[in-house]
Amino acid sequence: MTVEEVVAILPLNVVAGASCMDKSIKSGYTSDLLSNVMGFAAADSIWITMQGHQNIVAVALLAGLAAVIVAGGAKLESDTIEKASTEGIVLLTTELSSFEVAGRLYELGVRGA
Amino acid sequence: MNSRQAITTEFKLKAGDFGAAGEASSQIKRILQQIGVKAEIARRIAISAYEAEMNVIIHSMGGIMRIEILPDRTDIFVEDDGPGIADVNLAMQEGYSTAPDHIRDMGFGAGMGLPNMARCSDEFEISSEVGVGTKIHMVIRYK
Repeated sequence: MTVEEVVAILPLNVVAGASCMDKSIKSGYTSDLLSNVMGFAAADSIWITMQGHQNIVAVALLAGLAAVIVAGGAKLESDTIEKASTEGIVLLTTELSSFEVAGRLYELGVRGA
Repeated sequence: MNSRQAITTEFKLKAGDFGAAGEASSQIKRILQQIGVKAEIARRIAISAYEAEMNVIIHSMGGIMRIEILPDRTDIFVEDDGPGIADVNLAMQEGYSTAPDHIRDMGFGAGMGLPNMARCSDEFEISSEVGVGTKIHMVIRYK
């Protein structure tokens, strides 16, 4: 399933990386601890977090993630959006809680690695 | 690229500079992708470099990271200006962290940095002296 297909189904706002949404999602991961994501999220995962600062972009880029969902209506800092746009990282926001987004992704067939 | 050729880059890391955090590692990942290092290997190098970079930014008074990209492996050298780690074995344990609360609120300080480096690299050496600084050397082979 691609990021684009997920965005078409779930209530997600695309705030950066709209041109990179053809990426394929291989699995999902939820965590607000950056090193935990670095250590355990598989490449091409879709990552759900409530962190909104710009370091989430570096994590997504370096760990080779397919997209980042900032859940629970958490606030995104403006430099996060800027950095994601520059680096071609798909950044999505939603009012849904991390739990709810993970559940809906699971329903769509996305699994943990 | 013959065996003597290496791409060497050195980065100065500033204590507390979260804005620039990850830039050195991102630059390395781009070079690795350009020269055709396998994605999975480039990812291990990028994660090792990022964790090392973050440790210097979060915990030290500043330092340097030097990366040597060779035809068969990448070496990462990190050296900071202190304060040093009192008990390296304790610091290597997953979940152990001395990061202050405002850093933890950002999602750092999970106590996974050193374990992630050790896991992602084929060789991992750390030496530290309180009052002097910490040195890390990692090797990631392409095969």
